[in-house]
Amino acid sequence: MGLIVNPIAGIGGRVGLKGSDGLEVQQQARTLGAVPLSQERAATAMEVLHPMAAEFELLTAPGEMGETIARRCGFTPRVIPTPGLLAEIPLVTTAEDTRRAARAMLEADVDLILFAGGDGTSRDMYEAIGDDFPVLGIPAGVKIYSAVYAVNPRSAGELAAEFLRGVRIRLHKAEVLDLDEEIYRQSHIITRLYGYLKIPYRREIVQNQKVPTPASESAQAQAIAADVIERMKPGLAYLLCPGTTTRAVAERLGLPKTLVGVDIITRDELLAADVSERQILDVMEQRHLGLIVTPTGGQGFLLGRGNQQISPQVIRRVCREDMLVICLASKIAALQGRPLLVDSGDTEVDRLLAGYLPVISGYHETIIYKVEAPDLQSSEVR
Amino acid sequence: MKPINPKPSPRRYHQASWDEPVIFELNQPGQRGVLLPPVETGIEQEVGNPAQMLPDQLRRTVPPALPEMSQVHVLRHYDRISQENLGVDLNIDIGQGTCTMKYSPKINDQLAHTHKLTELHPLQDFSTVQGILEVMYRLEGMLKEISGMNRFSLQPGAGGAAIYANICMMRAYHASRGEGKQRDEVITTIFSHPSNAAAAKVAGYKVITLYPDSEGYPDLEALKAAVSERTASLLITNPEDTGIFNPKIAEFTRIVHEAGGICSYDQANANGILGITRAREAGFDLCHFNLHKTFSTPHGCGGPGAGASGVTEKLIPFLPVPTTEFDGQKYYLDYNRPKSIGKIRPFYGVTANILRSYAWIMSLGADGLREVAEIAVLNNNYLLKKVLEIRGVSAPYAKGKRRVEQVRYSWEQLTQETGVHSEEIEIRVTDFGMHYWTSHHPFVVPEPMTLEPTESYSKADLDEYVAVLNQISAEAYTNPEIIKTAPHNSTVHQTQQEPFDNPDEWAVTWRAYRRKTGKK
Repeated sequence: MGLIVNPIAGIGGRVGLKGSDGLEVQQQARTLGAVPLSQERAATAMEVLHPMAAEFELLTAPGEMGETIARRCGFTPRVIPTPGLLAEIPLVTTAEDTRRAARAMLEADVDLILFAGGDGTSRDMYEAIGDDFPVLGIPAGVKIYSAVYAVNPRSAGELAAEFLRGVRIRLHKAEVLDLDEEIYRQSHIITRLYGYLKIPYRREIVQNQKVPTPASESAQAQAIAADVIERMKPGLAYLLCPGTTTRAVAERLGLPKTLVGVDIITRDELLAADVSERQILDVMEQRHLGLIVTPTGGQGFLLGRGNQQISPQVIRRVCREDMLVICLASKIAALQGRPLLVDSGDTEVDRLLAGYLPVISGYHETIIYKVEAPDLQSSEVR
Repeated sequence: MKPINPKPSPRRYHQASWDEPVIFELNQPGQRGVLLPPVETGIEQEVGNPAQMLPDQLRRTVPPALPEMSQVHVLRHYDRISQENLGVDLNIDIGQGTCTMKYSPKINDQLAHTHKLTELHPLQDFSTVQGILEVMYRLEGMLKEISGMNRFSLQPGAGGAAIYANICMMRAYHASRGEGKQRDEVITTIFSHPSNAAAAKVAGYKVITLYPDSEGYPDLEALKAAVSERTASLLITNPEDTGIFNPKIAEFTRIVHEAGGICSYDQANANGILGITRAREAGFDLCHFNLHKTFSTPHGCGGPGAGASGVTEKLIPFLPVPTTEFDGQKYYLDYNRPKSIGKIRPFYGVTANILRSYAWIMSLGADGLREVAEIAVLNNNYLLKKVLEIRGVSAPYAKGKRRVEQVRYSWEQLTQETGVHSEEIEIRVTDFGMHYWTSHHPFVVPEPMTLEPTESYSKADLDEYVAVLNQISAEAYTNPEIIKTAPHNSTVHQTQQEPFDNPDEWAVTWRAYRRKTGKK
């Protein structure tokens, strides 16, 4: 297993800044007395793994990027040399250091990389190693909109342990979201979907055979796709938003799907790929468009995170009955009763969407679920 | 003389473990269990050789591939396997929430085994089987009184079958009014039993599932968003599997009726409301009971289950055939029902269990049934209080309110603090000779545990179960490894789950096993 800690992740949050990227921000944070969270969070996760230390080899990045915490927790890690990293000067670690470390671990053929950081770090991981290699995030950032983290540091350690033991674990792709921080700090949120990371999740065991094993996520997604395709009106084009569940729709239709963007499709063909808001509005001058959308990220946002192309102006022009919301039943359950959220950027549009929406969760199966518009002033990221 | 030391609590349980092969592997060529005497010479001279009288087309060309074994070896084999099980007769089975694991009185087994029942043939003339027909008729009368419904069918083979029969009747009802195609949606809740959604899907309906509101009640506003002119029916359990009674249940049925739908009540969780509230007053058009839950007949693994489907006046024409009738003088089965959904089960239904539940109700009477409900509710709330004193557990929703006959708990706090999960507790519980259940999927309540004590367990039994949970909770905080590496005292250690997902790695019959492995 590999361990990468972003030593500055989370440094901005406690002192009221809205992100930690950028040297200036880091210096400002330290001036305000900020202490990075990531080391402690990583330690919590590694303590859970310590009892099985003899069962696996641990590779870390040097110094405060992993080695320090690993040793503190009683491990004897193999330290990956990452050229260009000045380990003695912790303040100077950058995104490129994270990427280099990740690539080095990939080459060293680890089975799993555990990383401590926020959305910025997640993005670095994705850029370095893509979406086909097992990783898992220890949540330790200010921004944690991505769906790539365990619920908390302890849980990250447990999931990693179970993955290494080969017990009860499946893998799936989870969204990597990040804010454009300059725009964020001016209180106008733009969240982009950057890509996906492959993360382990716990497969729920059923010891008594009172119910059969729940269907795998890909089987669920296929069922949802079959239902969506049945509902798609012939001749009507739909905005197909990003997500693994929406991708199943494209796959089932035999159409290509942009990884992180919005496509316009009919049942028969791809009309336009990776469209911007402007392009969507231009098309809407000529024809009606439907919308196929799924919650993106780990915070239950249906709109406003990772699908910023679907702006309020676009939403206003979609007929309610042509708006198809899709989501795995397991993801709905994972919300633990919290509503789905819409934060389109226009509170009036948000209010139009708020209430109860039918969410397609299988073939001929829908869930009526609560949708709310968070109060932007008081919204807190978990 | 030395005094006997008191037994420790929890008990030092250990399950038998015989590592017994499959019976086909115990084949000893030449061994026989029973030696049949040959036909006496005089008889053979008179009648001929009976073996020659078999029609040719019924003769086997190859002998059956049964293992050759002596009697004592057969006896030992099955006794050993039976020792490796846990069941209601062995353990304090309150851990199987929603199943209502009450005691199945053995006197009812004796009644069901009487030759007066076992030697009946279902094709006998009605005039020769008046006894069992009378039992069926009277049981129907009792269920009518308990639920307020107008008629019952005792044909369904179990709860899921009864739900499916209800859906078929509702479908026939809408079709008879020309609304069959229009009404293609069924509404249910996530905390109702999943067989409601499953049966609706099998019947071809689109299923809409409501999630609970923040207090854990079925969400009335969500229902309003779900009903339309496409609504065929509402299928709902109440109290739901959380043990919470929906105080607005009559409002639910009213809203569905206004939209032209009809409502079926899954009464699997009837044990806490017998004699207290009825399906009719809640506005339901149909209901079903599980005779093997509420009415004490053994559950599927102890003998077949049995279901009962109840309907109000307007659905009577659609009942499955045959119904049991009395013309003032004799009982008979009525097959002449042109609008019936048809025959849903061979012959009479599960007669042995119809008899057992009839006997059970007769032994209690109306007052006794009410007492069953009250004790079940009391036991459950006593258990609730005791369980909530255990570190790390909570009872989510309906804060400050009691529950009816079961509770869905959450170990989330314990999991956060110790990393031990509910499914791991589930396995560790078997080290104490007990059973435990989490929840249906998906786990809406995190780290769930669902317990239903019923009226059959004493305070000492409940205390014993609580002591086990308490011990495991303490272990989670001090020695979680013992939980994570459980079971330690069971028949087998941890099994791999993945092979159960792969048809190349399992076989349900010996024949299938031979075929898949290419073995002879």
